Amino acid sequence: MAHAVDHAPAHDDAHGHHEQSFFMTYLWSTDHKMIAKQYMFTGMFMALIGGFFAYAFRMQNAFPGMHVPGFGMVTPSDYNMLVTNHGTIMIFWVAMPVLVAAFGNFLIPLMVGCDDMVFPKLNRLSYQIFLLSAIVLIAGFFVPGGGFGGAWTAYPPLSAVGNYNLTPAGSTFWVLAVALEFVAFLLGGINFITTSMNSRAPGMKLYDIPIVVWTIVIASILFMCSVGPLIAGAIMLLFDQNLGTGFFNPAMGGDPVLWQHLFWFFGHPEVYVVLLPTLGMVAEIICVFARKKLFAYQTVLYTMFGTGILSFTVWAHHQFISGIDPRMANVFTITTLLISVPIAEMLFVYIATLYKGSITLSTPMLWALGFIATFLIGGVTGIYLGTAGSDVYFHDTYFVLAHFHYTFFPIAIIGTFAGVTHWFPKMFGRMLDETLGKLHFWLTIIPFNCIFIPLFFLGLWGEHRRIYSYELFDELWKYQGIRQFATVSLLVMLAAQVIFIFNFFKSLRSGAIASPNPYNANTLEWQCPSPPPHGNFAELPTVYRGPYEYSHPDRKEDFWPQNSPA
Amino acid sequence: MTPIATSRSTAGLPTGTLGVWWLLASEIVIFGGVLCSYIMHRLSHDWWAVEAANTNVYIGLWNTFVLLTSSLFAVLAHSAAQQGDGKLAARRLWYTIGGGAVFLITKGFEWRMEISHGMTISSSSFWSFYYTAAGIHASHVIAGMIAMAVVAMDAAKGKFLHRVENAGIYWHFVDLVWIFLFPLLYIAK
Repeated sequence: MAHAVDHAPAHDDAHGHHEQSFFMTYLWSTDHKMIAKQYMFTGMFMALIGGFFAYAFRMQNAFPGMHVPGFGMVTPSDYNMLVTNHGTIMIFWVAMPVLVAAFGNFLIPLMVGCDDMVFPKLNRLSYQIFLLSAIVLIAGFFVPGGGFGGAWTAYPPLSAVGNYNLTPAGSTFWVLAVALEFVAFLLGGINFITTSMNSRAPGMKLYDIPIVVWTIVIASILFMCSVGPLIAGAIMLLFDQNLGTGFFNPAMGGDPVLWQHLFWFFGHPEVYVVLLPTLGMVAEIICVFARKKLFAYQTVLYTMFGTGILSFTVWAHHQFISGIDPRMANVFTITTLLISVPIAEMLFVYIATLYKGSITLSTPMLWALGFIATFLIGGVTGIYLGTAGSDVYFHDTYFVLAHFHYTFFPIAIIGTFAGVTHWFPKMFGRMLDETLGKLHFWLTIIPFNCIFIPLFFLGLWGEHRRIYSYELFDELWKYQGIRQFATVSLLVMLAAQVIFIFNFFKSLRSGAIASPNPYNANTLEWQCPSPPPHGNFAELPTVYRGPYEYSHPDRKEDFWPQNSPA
Repeated sequence: MTPIATSRSTAGLPTGTLGVWWLLASEIVIFGGVLCSYIMHRLSHDWWAVEAANTNVYIGLWNTFVLLTSSLFAVLAHSAAQQGDGKLAARRLWYTIGGGAVFLITKGFEWRMEISHGMTISSSSFWSFYYTAAGIHASHVIAGMIAMAVVAMDAAKGKFLHRVENAGIYWHFVDLVWIFLFPLLYIAK
């Protein structure tokens, strides 16, 4: 990160900025780009932990009782702790900080053409609370009894009673960490929404805002409107664990299913909170590398809002076997199937945008196309689970597990790689290595499919998830070869990430210097230097047209930046 | 070094006011979660009426009166700030903070009395809700008082007068939550 001193002198004088110390630049910065990088690096560090956990429990799953290199023996309670925290970390400490917070922070002020977020100090506080939450979570792994092992959904009574989960201290740390993390993203979300509403460049009308800004804003609104009940639920769970309250305890008049409602009322919109930013980034990448206008911009926008509203009405499809009224199950089946319509529409929009485009298969484009292909499988298998009749059979099997990995992996991992490879030149001022990037793509996407397609079949054959070892299940033990195949594929995929890390740091130091607009893109972030200095634009831009005017028939160049007059 | 972004107003509302409204949007669902859970439980547990009979309507009524009066001073502080009279706005904000303090002190005595009669947070699910809902509300009262103290100290020096309105909006919200809590916890026997 050698760019910290690259401030344009003229600009510095104009706003009275001066050279800042290491502490002010990297740890106490209010600059949205630095906070974005802080979120990104913290998220990637947490991804390493989450990936390592997956490695440890998959090794135990495939080779029960083996001494796992780098971890040691995985005991049953270790196994519980690993699966619980793998899920928690990957969703709350990887997908959220990288997709929403890092890209939101980096892209929103640049794309709407202003110099920073509207509340820079709130932004800094948001990251600091997030960092604290990560520290609390990790600290929870080292308390007596070990880290929380009651599954990432933390259903009571298992999560509420120390005698059941055997990790009384770990579960308290877990709930605290999750609650803190929510507070961090609420503060960040207020900033994103207010910045996009109030600080757009002159001339930028609602339909001139790039789709990815819209999706991050809609995601922030969804998060804001759904997380409250779970914050309340987290307080209740904390009190049940430590003060002896009876919210989820039937003996005292409470109800354990209440937690499931509070959790999934947030948990399902949360899927769309992380999905929407990725959908937005994929839209940006496809338009740039197909040199075409986004198909049906306004329809896309209404679709996103529609998805957001519908996502509040589907949560109980996670509870079909929790004893809810079968008539309610009917209602939630219908809403769940309905929500697949707008998402399918989005995928058709991407295909329509690609149609007759002038396509360049660069690394970000490969990731974007990879997202469409894999997410499609995730979406289609969701229909079986959203239907109450078939979910009764599939519930809590590896079919569910494979389904949500086919949704979350494209969202969180493929989406992150698409975004990082696309905006790396803007973030760090240097180009990534394309050959290594493509190698990394293929060595990630192929093993990914090899891991999870077999797991769909294991689930269909009745394999229940969260089982320590299948040795004692005669009818399932015969499939051990398939489990080993999935685990070996995981090892290949994890090893391939070394290529990415190598490419990332090598390019950071010695990649080709990036021009301000290496892809000939239209959106405003490409109209300022790479990397943008403190304050972003030498002169704040004025916007004259929409973000996707590629290959306009009246122009010689195939792009038309938003801020170029006439 | 406030960024230029902060002073823009594309949506036609001051940035701070917009931020406070979004903050309230996120708070509404937190209390919404607690209150909906409470109502659902209340509907399916008839015996909660017996427990609820122990809450003291008069104390609740007094606290409602105190909070509403404090909100009135928040409005008066806003009108003083609009006329540019920072000193008067600050004094009225301190009256509002005083109202919050009376509310909390009353709450403290009330809880002490109830706890000494054996009605604690772990007595039953009704009391779990009673203390948790009112406790989360009380923490918002404290947060509002701190925020107003900061705003009042600035306003007394004639600085950041536009923040008086934002602090007031937040305080009205705290007030409004109590308007929901009072009937649910005290009146519905």
